[in-house]
Amino acid sequence: MELIDQHTKSIMEGCKERARDAGLRFDDESLEYVVTNRDMLELSPKVMIPTMYDFWVHDVEVLKGKGRYELYPSNPFETVINTRPAISFYNDNNPDWLNVMIFYHVLGHIDFFQNNLYFRHTWDDDFTGRALADKRAIAQLRSEKGRWLDYVIEFARAIDNLVDYHGLLSRMHRQEDSGTSSRLDFYFDVFLQDQKKVRISEYVQEIERYNKMVAEHGDQAEAPFFKEVVGKHPEFEALFEKLGKAKSVRGNDVMQFLLDHSGFLNSEENRWMKSVLQIVRQTSLYFQPQIRTKIMNEGWASYWHETLFMRDDRICGHEVDFARVNAAVTAMPRVGLNPYALGMRMFYFIEEAANKGRFSREFLSLLDTDQRKKFDQGTGSGQEYIFRVRENLNDFLFVQNFLEQDFVDRHRLFVAGKHLDEQRMVWQWYVKSRSADDYRQMVKDQLYHPPHITIDLDKTGDDKLYMVHNFEGQPLVQDFIHNTMLGLEYLWGDKVMLETTEVKSIKTPDNQQPSLPGMGPQALDDAAKPEIEWQRVRYTMKDKKLSKGVI
Amino acid sequence: MDARSSELQALLAELDASGLPEHLVARLRLELEADLEHGLPGSPPDPKYTSGIDVLHSVINDPYAFADLTFLQALSVPRENYSARIGSLDELMNRDAQREGDGFPRKIRIGRLVKPSRGGKDKVVVVPTTVEEKFIHDPNFKEEAEGGGGAGGSGDGEEGEVIGEQPVRPTEGEGEGTGPGQGDGENHEMESNAYDLGKILTEQFHLPNLKDKGKKRSLTRFTYDLTDRNRGFGQLLDKKATLRQIVKTNMALGRITGAEDLDPAKFLIAPQDKIYRILSRERDFESQAMIFFLRDYSGSMSGKPTEVVVSQHVMIYSWLMYQYAEQVESRFILHDTEAKEVPDFYTYYNSRVAGGTKVAAAFKMVNEIVEKENLAQDYNIYVFHGTDGDDWDSDGKECLPEIEKMLGYSSRVGVTIAENSYGTSGNTEVEKYLKDSGLLENKKNLIRLDVMSESAAEPRIIEGIKHLIGE
Repeated sequence: MELIDQHTKSIMEGCKERARDAGLRFDDESLEYVVTNRDMLELSPKVMIPTMYDFWVHDVEVLKGKGRYELYPSNPFETVINTRPAISFYNDNNPDWLNVMIFYHVLGHIDFFQNNLYFRHTWDDDFTGRALADKRAIAQLRSEKGRWLDYVIEFARAIDNLVDYHGLLSRMHRQEDSGTSSRLDFYFDVFLQDQKKVRISEYVQEIERYNKMVAEHGDQAEAPFFKEVVGKHPEFEALFEKLGKAKSVRGNDVMQFLLDHSGFLNSEENRWMKSVLQIVRQTSLYFQPQIRTKIMNEGWASYWHETLFMRDDRICGHEVDFARVNAAVTAMPRVGLNPYALGMRMFYFIEEAANKGRFSREFLSLLDTDQRKKFDQGTGSGQEYIFRVRENLNDFLFVQNFLEQDFVDRHRLFVAGKHLDEQRMVWQWYVKSRSADDYRQMVKDQLYHPPHITIDLDKTGDDKLYMVHNFEGQPLVQDFIHNTMLGLEYLWGDKVMLETTEVKSIKTPDNQQPSLPGMGPQALDDAAKPEIEWQRVRYTMKDKKLSKGVI
Repeated sequence: MDARSSELQALLAELDASGLPEHLVARLRLELEADLEHGLPGSPPDPKYTSGIDVLHSVINDPYAFADLTFLQALSVPRENYSARIGSLDELMNRDAQREGDGFPRKIRIGRLVKPSRGGKDKVVVVPTTVEEKFIHDPNFKEEAEGGGGAGGSGDGEEGEVIGEQPVRPTEGEGEGTGPGQGDGENHEMESNAYDLGKILTEQFHLPNLKDKGKKRSLTRFTYDLTDRNRGFGQLLDKKATLRQIVKTNMALGRITGAEDLDPAKFLIAPQDKIYRILSRERDFESQAMIFFLRDYSGSMSGKPTEVVVSQHVMIYSWLMYQYAEQVESRFILHDTEAKEVPDFYTYYNSRVAGGTKVAAAFKMVNEIVEKENLAQDYNIYVFHGTDGDDWDSDGKECLPEIEKMLGYSSRVGVTIAENSYGTSGNTEVEKYLKDSGLLENKKNLIRLDVMSESAAEPRIIEGIKHLIGE
């Protein structure tokens, strides 16, 4: 890999100045490399991180198509790497004007990486540098442990989507010292929520009661407050002694739980495995925000490459070239979902709406279409607003909050459905719905969403690890359960159990035509959705044997 | 209506008159009349698009399939001969075998299997694949349960209006489910011949070794020919191979960096780079085994059943190639209500037709060929038949005598039924009459039946082979 030449670098520096003037914020330093085909061969299996650790699976073809990004939440063909200094890759024969456009796009990404709060945990790190240290550590261990190292990497990677990324963020964003005692934290965070499972209204009542105490007694409020608590829940003190002192262990982070509590990993001769797990866990956490902000990140970068390119005085004469390339990248497909196009349009839409003061009570309470169309308070705060959006949201919230009917109507969006015409062997795509609710749901369905699997601390003991899949309407891939639990059993050192939900039976509505040889089942009408009966099951992996029982 | 189809119609009418149940006749009629095709991946039929409606060649609804390098910078995804990356398939398979020794299940699967080409040797393409299992939501579930997943769309069209048509099977070069600019599947392939695949199957998947490789006649002859290659000296300079070697050497020395500034005059040439043909002793084999591959290509085989049957036949073919040290000859027969012999695997693999089904025709043809060419004397004869189990001759009264006759000379007859999803399992005509005949019990080491669903995956297919050819 070679750095770009001085001439091109000076173009980049010019872009940085203009981007800064427009309000983007990013570090001064960045590294730009030219990549050749040969570099790509080496980089793509390592998701463009040149210093990624070696693992044999990188060398083999892996699952493609559906489900791929649930397993590998990273794209091997990204241009910008979120590290310090940020690294970006370029085709070696881009003309200057194209580089200007790409540089702005890249700066949009860098700004996003360095300001969006979902990336908070990556801000203080030179990730490629750390990856290099990890790579060396792995190489060293491989020379000592041979293939057993690869097994441990494999098993660790099998659970690298169960790392409680949001818990990490929440700890980082919480103020260091909230000024409350551990007893108070335990009462409100654990005792009321996890133990008593009180209703929200009761919870709020308790907080109000506490605040009243503080108003009355100041610093001394806790004693009278807890006096009443103990009166109501005599078991509180004992529970606090037992659980509160243990630094409030939570079962949200399966990987961290294994690191802390697995007897197998913590035995003297297996301690080296923990560093492998740490590396895999950290790498997974690093990639988490990227996949959760894909639409925003590409939308933001596209918004800025378009805005800044058109303003740039250096590219006169290439407007048409730009228009062609830009249109190819940011056009809404007839059928399909292009994150560049969708995200960019949303940022424009939000900016315009904020400029007209539409994120306000006055606008939201308007029902008349005509008045809505004309509504303009001229607040002009659009830019500021989209900067706040890029700082605080991820794809889910972005889509949930801003993908509204006005937006869907303006860009004539729809949800497309398809049915099979088996006679002619074609899928027929048709307009299924033009409602924003449906479109929003369709986009949300595409978003990365690992299953919510936690550890049941009550049922977990020295002999067994008990995990619970909190069911959200979609079952797990059954074929994968065996091998994943096999790895878990190895890392835990004993029996492993998983509670999950599976389909008991699917009742297909009875509208089948007499079946025809060589023809599949008839396309179902939307009205006739199959009825699904669910059941809760428990998998147990013991001595490499998987068994299943209905609960 | 051409002569042949009116003949079929006549046959159908005859069957109808013979008092066949109503629903069965209806199904047979449909098989005859429906406009069905059996295209296989790689040779999809071109659908008849409705004029005036957009043709959508690929629909990408996965936002994560897009990436800057391929999309914004239009960088083509490099393809490499992946053996450059992993040492060899052997190495990979050895590692996989080691896993079993360590008490963990195997992880390598042999991906796509055959790339038949007209005329020349059938190339087998091995794509080692693996999957890293995790707990993830089942991505197929929503789509299956809710009758087709939705995608985003933009532009004109009333709700309910058809706005585009997409071929069900992507045509060559149009991958499914990959991002823009990212080619599909073609990379990372490893070509090898059927012999190698047979070796892999035998060693790695524990397909049984043949204990007695036939009649132990000495068949080895030697001829002398300029076929071996030798570096440094020999009788005839192989210019192409030499040049390739020189380029390799110079690349290794770092003297070639790219295709642009190539100057052959500056190449360093080592004496060892010169590659010669050298006179060598060659073993000349005579075939020792004859395999007949029979495939039902009637209307009802359309789609998946054909895929399953053909995949299994490729593997059986490869395995026998290995077992008999390439001393294998194969014959290919397709049948609907009539049988015909086709010259090569390519035709066997790619033929499509719509018609009725008469299994007996194929077996009869094999019997005739064997008799006419007196094959039974010189060869071990294997017959493998793949079908979806439909047979117009529903109680096998024509078919069973042919099979019995065949069992008289063949080493093994293997019948594979890839059941269509529309029927109930274990209820096909072929399965029923084979079971009723008692042949499967009485002549257990001569005839085997393997029934699987049309959506069987690779491990199941290999399992099926074990059953078909096992002791």
